[in-house]
Amino acid sequence: MENLEIILPEIFLSLIIMFLLLFGVFKNNSSKLIYNLTTFSLIIIFALLLNLYQVSDLSIFNNSYKVDSLATFMKLLTIGSGIFVMLTSSKYIEINNISKMEYPILILSSILGMMVMISSNDLIVFYMGLELQSLALYVLASFNRENLLSTESGLKYFVLSALSSGLLLYGCSLIYGFSGSTNFNIILENSNAGQYGITFGIVFILVGLAFKISAVPFHMWAPDVYQGSPTSVTTFFAVLPKIAALSVFIRFLYVPFAEMNDQWQMIIIFLSIASMIFGAVAAIGQKNLKRLIAYSSIGHMGYALTGLAAGTNQGIQGSISYIAIYLVMNLAFFSCMFMLRRNNEYYESIEDLSGLSKNHPLLSFSLLIILFSLAGIPPLAGFFAKFYVFMAVIEQKMYFLAIVGLLSTVIAAFYYLRIIKIIYFDKEKEKFETDHHLGLKLTLAVSTIFILAYFIYPSGLTEIVSKINII
Amino acid sequence: MDFPIISSLIILPTIGALFILFTKSSNSKYQSSKYVALFISLANFILSIYLWLIFDKSSINFQFVENREWLSGFINYKVGVDGISILFILLTTFITPICIISVISTIKHRLKDFLIAILIMETLMIGVFCSLDLIIFYLFFEGGLIPMFLIIGIWGGERRVYSAFKFFLYTLLGSVLMLIAIISIYWISGTTDVEKLYEIGIGEQYQKLLWLAFFSSFAVKTPMWPVHTWLPDAHVEAPTAGSVLLAAILLKMAGYGFIRFSLGLFPLASEYFVPLVFALSLIAIIYTSLVALMQEDMKKLIAYSSVAHMGFVTLGIFTMTQQGIEGSIFQMISHGLVSAALFLSVGVVYDRNHTRLIKKYGGLVTVMPKYGIVFMIFALGSLGLPGTSGFIGEFLILMGTFKKSFLVATIASLGVILGAAYILWMYKRVVFGEIIHEEIKSMKDLKKFELLILILLAIPIIFFGFYPEPLINSIETSVTSLLDNYNTNLTQSIAKK
Repeated sequence: MENLEIILPEIFLSLIIMFLLLFGVFKNNSSKLIYNLTTFSLIIIFALLLNLYQVSDLSIFNNSYKVDSLATFMKLLTIGSGIFVMLTSSKYIEINNISKMEYPILILSSILGMMVMISSNDLIVFYMGLELQSLALYVLASFNRENLLSTESGLKYFVLSALSSGLLLYGCSLIYGFSGSTNFNIILENSNAGQYGITFGIVFILVGLAFKISAVPFHMWAPDVYQGSPTSVTTFFAVLPKIAALSVFIRFLYVPFAEMNDQWQMIIIFLSIASMIFGAVAAIGQKNLKRLIAYSSIGHMGYALTGLAAGTNQGIQGSISYIAIYLVMNLAFFSCMFMLRRNNEYYESIEDLSGLSKNHPLLSFSLLIILFSLAGIPPLAGFFAKFYVFMAVIEQKMYFLAIVGLLSTVIAAFYYLRIIKIIYFDKEKEKFETDHHLGLKLTLAVSTIFILAYFIYPSGLTEIVSKINII
Repeated sequence: MDFPIISSLIILPTIGALFILFTKSSNSKYQSSKYVALFISLANFILSIYLWLIFDKSSINFQFVENREWLSGFINYKVGVDGISILFILLTTFITPICIISVISTIKHRLKDFLIAILIMETLMIGVFCSLDLIIFYLFFEGGLIPMFLIIGIWGGERRVYSAFKFFLYTLLGSVLMLIAIISIYWISGTTDVEKLYEIGIGEQYQKLLWLAFFSSFAVKTPMWPVHTWLPDAHVEAPTAGSVLLAAILLKMAGYGFIRFSLGLFPLASEYFVPLVFALSLIAIIYTSLVALMQEDMKKLIAYSSVAHMGFVTLGIFTMTQQGIEGSIFQMISHGLVSAALFLSVGVVYDRNHTRLIKKYGGLVTVMPKYGIVFMIFALGSLGLPGTSGFIGEFLILMGTFKKSFLVATIASLGVILGAAYILWMYKRVVFGEIIHEEIKSMKDLKKFELLILILLAIPIIFFGFYPEPLINSIETSVTSLLDNYNTNLTQSIAKK
């Protein structure tokens, strides 16, 4: 048998899922226990992955499943943020009556799907991972089934996502038809730029992927789903699927079609410019924080794609750094949202933040840091994320993209400032409760300190990321 | 390695800010925070004086340079000072304690946060003046937006939100273009280290675009006409200490940037764009002086006068003459002191009468004689009366300008007259005349601490007016070397053609 130990984390995760499922079925009222076990097993998987970090560039199952530095780093990001999502939302799901034993199991299955996506080096494997991930997410989105918005968002997500999966599958079949294989490396050998079928295939697959990371013009689902889903699920939505989809983006574009970059570069540039501008402009009028963060994440995905448009290793590394910093900022932001609780009810409108700084100085200070960082103001981490991406873009002399990107940060700064204004300049409202559990506080503290102190030692992330060389 | 004196200057206020953040005051008056802030800022001032004393004024090199690896392999944390930057550091460390004294005695609402914001601001401002790497410079330059936004927004007047947003978005918009230019320089020259860039220079074909990108940022910050509109709003709405920081130091960042980066890195483009800068500066001098003449709000009047004074500064810098540049630096230091003092003076009467409208005053001299005297010193300093520091700066700038163009200098001289007109007219309406309003009669003269900070500001204004030597001495070598570098660049490119 091949060296199965390199997929040990995935094997372990699958076993855990099955075990927890059986355990949950046979033991009543075990949801709390399962939740904790889930968090614990994610930590074990994180350790297993760390152990794998030394392994470089191995593949398994007839070269259709790759474990290289890209895959391991992205999986670490996924699992790491998975742990923090679990830590932050335990109280939320209890209060909102969605603490059922299926909830953590669905999260685990979708994480498994993501891990498969991240490692896939083959269209079929990639599609399998994607569907495993998405099916779990459809259910999660509508998990609060007594809530109208939640059910609606689940259905909406399902219908649109199924459509995009269909397009994606059509693209896969076109590529298979014209290159004779589904394996990325064999596609690379067999394809050439003259084949229109391949070009169409790329376009269809890009559409499908753009849908998954909610890039404009395939973003329509995002605001409704973000707003409708339970906040714990929104946290999950805002971070994890993007990591997986971005790594597929990288592998799909740069392994089989690296030499055809003149064919897809324009599409990526368009997607990123449209997302950056739309994300910035559309967020201005929002009143709901979750909806606002949906538009903001559309914009942020635009920046992440910008790095891919550069077509260099530097660009890929920029995008990866971007997503890493983005996920910390988003986790921090959602931790703050989980703290807006009063009498067992969570508040999610921007107006509820009014005058927060008077009653909750530390929480407001964290929000201040997070929001300025999201806006990309130096010396916070968010600035460095943009800096890495635009370094790569300007190296390729793509000045137009850089100028549009940076100007849209100015527009985006407006709506982040608006929230800060409400927190700091407006009249205060009632106090929120302050008895938060340890996991939530820990997440917020760690992520805020990361954002604030990133500039002291920025080399740490760049050194790790610079080992990822795809081209 | 020697004691990292520059880094200590930069970090010390932040340490103070952290200390204040994490100490809980037992009483609501924040006694301990006040003392910590004052102590830290004074310690920083003493440290910077020490730096000035041990600084070798005859050397053309950057001194006390610290160079550490920061973003591995491509950007280093590099700081150091030359004769020009050390003056701005002194100005910063001098103005900060004055701001802090003014804040602790006038602000009651969220005092602790205000002190933290001021100390963080000090870190960032010192950082701007001594960074020798473009990226590091950008971090400090932009980082200043955050505390200033909060200072205007939290402690400002009625339209504070509008002003804070306008300030933030205007400056951010200008600066992102500079970021693109900085990154481009990295890819063109392979480094963002300012010293190395001075040596290798930047290709002629890139200079104009890069210059414009830097200009967009500095012009907004200076502010130059027509992007000056954020300044009056920001000044009017900001609390007194905020206005002081803004006028005394923040505006100087751009002037410093022009000298250090526009002239130093892009000599050919600077030469090419001289007419543009002259035109904008002249418009700023004449137009904003006229606008200042018509203001009814004292703070707005001083804000417009700042724009006019900064017009002189940009004019002087781009004359590319020894006198012009030295005059500009001198004018910036002097304006830093004078405008700070003027804003504090307005703050004094605002605290008593809660209005800044000129027509609500009149006859102050009868009830506040001491105030009348110190305010007079600053008004005269602002209009550049011989014997005040304002005169030396304007005189040197006009001297430099005459060398370059007679016409420009003549028009600029008109600005001096207008400057005298608006400031004296305001002074007359506020301080002299009959008392018309009842509430003026009950106004008390300067308190001790007010007198203290105003006199502290008056001393250097008069001292440097009579004896400018220490300042000029400090900048002379650096300016000479800057101009040498500039002229060799020009002659080389002409020789090539």
